[in-house]
Amino acid sequence: MSGEAHRDVVVTGTGLVSCRGEGLDAHLDALAAGTPAPVDAETYAPYAIHPAASLSWDAQIPKKSDQRQMEAWQRLGVYAAGLALDAAGVKDDAAFKAGLHLVVACGGGERDTAVDGAILTGLRAAEDPGAYLNERLLNDLRPTLFLAQLSNLLAGNIAIVHGVTGASRTFMGEESAGTDALRIAQARIASGQNEAMLVGGSYNAERPDVLVIHEMGGYLATGPLRPVFERDGEGGFVLGSSAAFLLLESAEHAAARGATPLARLDAVASGRSRREPGNVGEALAARWTEAGATWPDAVISAATGVTAATGEERAALARLAPDAKVHALGDLIGHGIEVAGPFGAALAAGLVARGTHREVAVTIVGHRRGEGVLRVQALRGA
Amino acid sequence: MGATMSATKHRDARGRRRVAVTGIGLVTSLGQGQADTWSALVEGRSGVRAIRRFPTEGLRTRIAGTVDFLDTDPLVAPALSLRFAETAAEEAVGQSGIGGKGDFPGALFVAVPPVEMEWPQRRALAEAAAENGDVTYASLQRAAASRRFDDWHDLFIFGTVADRIAERFGTRGSPISLSTACSSGATAIQLGVEAIRRGETRAALCIGTDGSVNPESLIRFSLLSALSTQNDPPEGASKPFSKNRDGFVMGEGAAALVLEDAEAATARGARILGYVLGCGEKGDGFHRTRSSPDGAPVVAAIRASLEDAGLGPEGIDTVNAHGTSTPENDKMEALGLTAVFGERTAGLPVTSNKSMIGHTLTAAGAIEAAVSLLTILHGRIPPTINYAQPDPAIALDVVAQARDVPVRTVLSNSFGFGGQNTCLVLGAEPA
Repeated sequence: MSGEAHRDVVVTGTGLVSCRGEGLDAHLDALAAGTPAPVDAETYAPYAIHPAASLSWDAQIPKKSDQRQMEAWQRLGVYAAGLALDAAGVKDDAAFKAGLHLVVACGGGERDTAVDGAILTGLRAAEDPGAYLNERLLNDLRPTLFLAQLSNLLAGNIAIVHGVTGASRTFMGEESAGTDALRIAQARIASGQNEAMLVGGSYNAERPDVLVIHEMGGYLATGPLRPVFERDGEGGFVLGSSAAFLLLESAEHAAARGATPLARLDAVASGRSRREPGNVGEALAARWTEAGATWPDAVISAATGVTAATGEERAALARLAPDAKVHALGDLIGHGIEVAGPFGAALAAGLVARGTHREVAVTIVGHRRGEGVLRVQALRGA
Repeated sequence: MGATMSATKHRDARGRRRVAVTGIGLVTSLGQGQADTWSALVEGRSGVRAIRRFPTEGLRTRIAGTVDFLDTDPLVAPALSLRFAETAAEEAVGQSGIGGKGDFPGALFVAVPPVEMEWPQRRALAEAAAENGDVTYASLQRAAASRRFDDWHDLFIFGTVADRIAERFGTRGSPISLSTACSSGATAIQLGVEAIRRGETRAALCIGTDGSVNPESLIRFSLLSALSTQNDPPEGASKPFSKNRDGFVMGEGAAALVLEDAEAATARGARILGYVLGCGEKGDGFHRTRSSPDGAPVVAAIRASLEDAGLGPEGIDTVNAHGTSTPENDKMEALGLTAVFGERTAGLPVTSNKSMIGHTLTAAGAIEAAVSLLTILHGRIPPTINYAQPDPAIALDVVAQARDVPVRTVLSNSFGFGGQNTCLVLGAEPA
């Protein structure tokens, strides 16, 4: 292998979890129906979030001890990864999974909010704040919580629970991490370095600590829920608990094992602009060309609803894909930060697999940085 | 093109582009820059000291290899990690002479510690909420909504360190922020090697950085019983491969490597410092913090790096070990090395830089790859200090005093929580 050969990369399985439930069909049906996404506007008011549908964890994470050692973001991700392996028909192929490589896009895990609150309350009256903080952290932090927080431990848990032990790499960095995870996984297969990759990410929105982070900067939408592309004025996103994994394979590998691919993942273009006015529109046009997108039947946009960037994306898509139906992923499941790219890619593959679309483009414009376009197409000869 | 294709000047035996190193930058507790760190390492000086950055009252571990000569405001892990990374990158890019100022003609891969808001900022939000009852995250949200803390959003999201480096050095494309726990720095290099081999980029700036010695990070490792508690003297605490080793010492720092397609580097007349000959990795699904008892994943990662480099075990001159000084790691690493190198193990020099700079966590793989290249350039293997009581169960040739020997190739090991095992082979010349 020279490392520079270019082979077709196909999607042979997807695993999706969100407020809409689980599985590709549930999400494609919801997309087609255009029904409003389930929302919880009470628990974290004034912020609404889209909570994950309730799942039977045992179905993908058989051991209770494993379930207990994970926080919600890890359970969602491990569950979705299991769905993808099932959908691709490789869940019971231990040898295949032992050699399967993994790229995960995610942030970090939940904090113990009760402990944090109690420490912050106690710090007010502490005579020696440094010593007080040390004492309380030593006594109150659960030792294993660290392992439910470390970014690479989603991949670690996928290895433990599903036996996916080729090797893993975890990309961080918000929305672009999801795009780049797909880009690198696709490139590794296209170049002949690997035959198959499991790629995806996970996000738990049901945690008040991330709401603090995104309230700083004013990135959270408040008030009545409005469609992503109609959030003029204050703008912002509504976070959604979600996870998405895809099994990618070389077309030859999929054919050799008799798998039925959903679609080809032809190109993933990812870049970084300075975010000066006009940059997002220019960057999207450049990535659109790099990805080779021409006349897609539909665009799945991961637009966040943050006003300036989403406004530029709307205008850019009107020029680039005037005839395509644009689906806002945020209207379907909310915003899942790192998950947006993989979720969009999986949905695009699903639309193509249903035969209603030949080509679907996915756009991922991060709330602070990163502009990506990926192109999903029907199989050759299909 | 198959595996039988013969190697050429700029292509390896598999027909892939060779990857040259043309710039190295280092920041460790021993100093800023290659020269300071290297001279201290070969003298056997330790950068481990009592922590002065925050009160250590009540802590079982009160020492670390902190970088105290660089600071930031606020003094938080992502800001420190950025500062270390930029300092190392400045040196590496300067040495390579590639591109122009703020115009690095290639991709960026940065291993960064996972980012979280820290206690001083939580306290500031709690105070700004100005409430009398119990503090909750709702209090912090209300304070955040005052818009007074908007600058902290970027400080505490994961992509900012890489984004700012990309802006400053003018790297191309989407910068990648990554973690594979304690092997992250090696993975950053591996990603750069692969991108060059695929022909996606002619150059890559690969960085590992870590400035996360703060109370909660230290306590988290302490609660897992991972840290040495032998606080006095601080420089004696990190004792890789010793019988009385009792845990690792946290360290800080950064390393940056400029990787280039060897053909492009040669064409522009760059000085080639060495080559990344091979990368290997293997996951382990045994346990969240412990290795498979048979050591198979460690063995597989080492073998994969040798195979990728086109070398057999006889092709390695010395090993820059992960060597954390924890009972578990050093035992498993010795088991893995013995399995791969067999009878040769007794005569294969092994050293651990962590004996002097501590475990620099996210940065370790990159820092130790940089030290491996310096080992080749200087023909001198830095010592593993504090090797006073060899562990009789570990039959390695641990380098207790700096050793002058010609070194053509180094195996650099990195292992991490979550079943991460990444190995690099660095070389003086193309294999």
